Amino acid sequence: MTKVFGSFVANNHIDLVIEPGEIHALLGENGAGKSTMMNVLYGLYDADGGEILIDDKPVRFDGPGDAVAAGIGMVHQHFMLVPVFTVAESVALGYEPTKGPGLLDLAEARAKVREISSRFGFDIDPDALIEDLPVGAQQRVEIIKALSRDAEILILDEPTAVLTPQETDELISIMRQLKEQGTSIVFITHKLREVRAIADSITVIRRGKIVGEASPESTEADLASQMVGRAVSLTTEKEPASPGEATFRVQNLTVVDKSDNVVVDDVSFEVSRGEILAVAGVQGNGQTELAETIIGLTEPRLGSITLDGTELAGRSVKSRLGSGIGFVPEDRSTDGIIAEFAIRENMILDVYDRQPYAKGLNLKSNVITEAARTKVEEFDIRLGSVFDPISTLSGGNQQKVVLSRELGRKLQLFIASQPTRGLDVGSIEFVHKRIVAERDAGTPCIIVSTELDEVYGLADRIAVMYSGRIVGIVGPDTSREALGLMMAGVPADEALAATSGSAASGSGTPSTHENSAPTSAEENE
Amino acid sequence: MTAHTLDATPAGQSKALAPIIWKFPVVYSILALVSLVFFGLIGRDGQTTFRIATEGDFFAIPDIVVPATAAGLVLSLILVVMAAASIWFALRRVSLASWFPMLFGVLFVLSFLAWAGGGSGGVIPMTTLLAGALALSVPLIFGAMCGLVGERSGIINIAIEGQLLAGAFLAAVVASVVQNPYAGLLAAPIAGALVAVVLTFFAVKYWVNQIIIGVVLNVLVVGLTSFLYSTVLTENAELWNARQRLPNLPIPLLSDIPILGRVLFDQNILVYLMYLVVIALQILVFRSKWGLRMRAVGEHPKAADTVGIRVNATRVRNTIMAGAIAGLGGAFFTVGSGLAFGKEMSAGQGYIALAAMILGKWNPKGALLAALLFGFSKSLGNTLQSIGTPVANELLLMLPYIVTVLAVAGFVGRVRPPAAAGVPYVK
Repeated sequence: MTKVFGSFVANNHIDLVIEPGEIHALLGENGAGKSTMMNVLYGLYDADGGEILIDDKPVRFDGPGDAVAAGIGMVHQHFMLVPVFTVAESVALGYEPTKGPGLLDLAEARAKVREISSRFGFDIDPDALIEDLPVGAQQRVEIIKALSRDAEILILDEPTAVLTPQETDELISIMRQLKEQGTSIVFITHKLREVRAIADSITVIRRGKIVGEASPESTEADLASQMVGRAVSLTTEKEPASPGEATFRVQNLTVVDKSDNVVVDDVSFEVSRGEILAVAGVQGNGQTELAETIIGLTEPRLGSITLDGTELAGRSVKSRLGSGIGFVPEDRSTDGIIAEFAIRENMILDVYDRQPYAKGLNLKSNVITEAARTKVEEFDIRLGSVFDPISTLSGGNQQKVVLSRELGRKLQLFIASQPTRGLDVGSIEFVHKRIVAERDAGTPCIIVSTELDEVYGLADRIAVMYSGRIVGIVGPDTSREALGLMMAGVPADEALAATSGSAASGSGTPSTHENSAPTSAEENE
Repeated sequence: MTAHTLDATPAGQSKALAPIIWKFPVVYSILALVSLVFFGLIGRDGQTTFRIATEGDFFAIPDIVVPATAAGLVLSLILVVMAAASIWFALRRVSLASWFPMLFGVLFVLSFLAWAGGGSGGVIPMTTLLAGALALSVPLIFGAMCGLVGERSGIINIAIEGQLLAGAFLAAVVASVVQNPYAGLLAAPIAGALVAVVLTFFAVKYWVNQIIIGVVLNVLVVGLTSFLYSTVLTENAELWNARQRLPNLPIPLLSDIPILGRVLFDQNILVYLMYLVVIALQILVFRSKWGLRMRAVGEHPKAADTVGIRVNATRVRNTIMAGAIAGLGGAFFTVGSGLAFGKEMSAGQGYIALAAMILGKWNPKGALLAALLFGFSKSLGNTLQSIGTPVANELLLMLPYIVTVLAVAGFVGRVRPPAAAGVPYVK
């Protein structure tokens, strides 16, 4: 079985050959063109040149339907599932078993889900609503969907981005199982660890071009330098923290969403001057809401948030910003910037009405431009002109603009949600350095991240959130396995006990695990 | 390393209680008090007659005659008890079953009727009231079905008003020219579908904002039909705009059931078609391949695309078909009621149909009930006007719209429209 690609815009003369029954990793940074390429392969986009060959025969896909008919299945990065459908309906969609005059045969759809589900040991209820399922389960529904159409080639687009380490391990074993049954897998990722764990062959893509093949035995540093095009340091250099007095306190914070579900559940912690607290956890466990509540986008139902002894709850966002909080929101494109505004305008979104940028009703254009140019220098932002709309910048440079704005004032607290999401390795290095510098300047920092590498790179302490609660706060030397267990809801002391090998069963009670976490971390390491 | 410990709180004690929702108990209490004071305590003397039977009924049921004040008092006391119960449940954060507001509404209306009929020794013709409610609901129901098929496919259709009007117009003209009301019935869906063709053309092909194009279409249809009415139709009304009426086709046995039989089963074919459309949609939307695909393109078009469903083709097809349904509803204004076409005779019913769709949460069954509620409130206004009550006529005419606003604002709660409704699908 051979597939060959020719030329198109996002992908420049890419040739790729997938052998039957192999796991082929496609490694590249965000925006390197991996997903575009796979969407062409799946018939979602038209190729502007080149051809696809299956078993040496050229095929042409006018839409995903053709690709599916040719035996290609795809699990998209953002799941292609209708939230209000049941699992059976989702799997049936497009290939509906019917009875009578076009009525759905849901019994058959359920049976199909159960059959595939039991073949691979998935525990999926065909009648569950998609929106009620955790992401790991949703991903399995996607895999069931592809398999129910007899996919011989399965494309997994960044499948691990949304999973806990444990779920990732399970996915890897599912992939192995599929491979044994003869399915070829194209595994798209930018995570080096996983590639080395599972891939049979690796193709590295950079800026739409294939820059090389690599073997799974290559070291991570080798793979990273191939991916980025230069040698990079994968670890953030930083001095040990020297925390001062704890100035920021969150106590018994409880937040509910619009449908009255508790999303942040009785959370208490404190952050000291000159310290980075990383909030780790799988996406959707309350971290977003926690950060938004601190800045004031959401009001808590219960609890208090104090900065330097002043209560923040109940105050407006503007007044909280005024008390010295810098906030980098999770979704840069919708909350962090105003895409149509100029770069220099985006740099003063929080201080546009203050001296020296404004006087009376007027904005002082010269001052704003000067300040913007200074920040461009300081933050090494690559741009044409500060008058251009910020949408003309790459994600990394946009994030630098956001950072330059939020770090541009004297801060009493710095919160960043997913500060490096979607950034290239070079920008990640820069962002991390700036955050560490802010810490060293004595600002308490809170970093919310779902990337464990980032958590380890920055954290002086790690708070793990699961299902709205802080499962435990542990030291930065806690093992990856223990953090993974905590991200799945296992209390800190049990997680540490389970992974350190000492069979200390029944240690601690759930109600006191927050107390014992930091000390037991030290004991166990 | 500094030990950063926290005050541990026992797990489970921290559950934040949801705030008590006072909206409903307050509304119930006010209505109960209004009923008690106005219809009960300072009610009107005299007796109110509820006329249930009509002449020629198989079963002759005698009129029910009640003393107005006593009836108002008894009903009001029940309402007060129900309001108290709603407060009791609210305090315990128990949400009420859906029959509760319905029963409350029915009792309140009865209490009001007892009061309205009193004094003048009024007779409340129950059959007329209910038959009127159904008749006034028919275009609303067709319109709401049209709206929900469109929105569930991802196209917001504000042009229901225009589709109803176009249907009414073409039905009247064709029926008049052919001199057969059934010909009008066949023509009406074409008019509605044509309006939908224009809507989808701009919405799907050029991604024009669907609200804007819908509103523009409504104005366009009003202008076009009014122009043709004053130039062509009035020139030779005998030829172009003569009254034609779909005959009533009573269903044997069923139409002999007291009250409801006459109301539901002694109707013209358009009403029976309406029953059919609602039942068919209720089944098809949730249990057919067509419905599954329709909901998929309306909720998550890209997901539908990835399984080979042609999103835009599906949307266009469904919206045009829905337009035909609305056109059929428009026919009720003319051939369905035996009237000639009149300028702007749909009179905003298309917008009320939209409200019914939302109140019915995009479900055929729910939209049906909501449309019946609006139809009933309008019929109530008409009936009260004809028997003469102390309430000003203008207020009675406002009744359906007050009910619409209150229902959509207060009792809908949080509804979730199809996620991709109004969003063009661009690859």
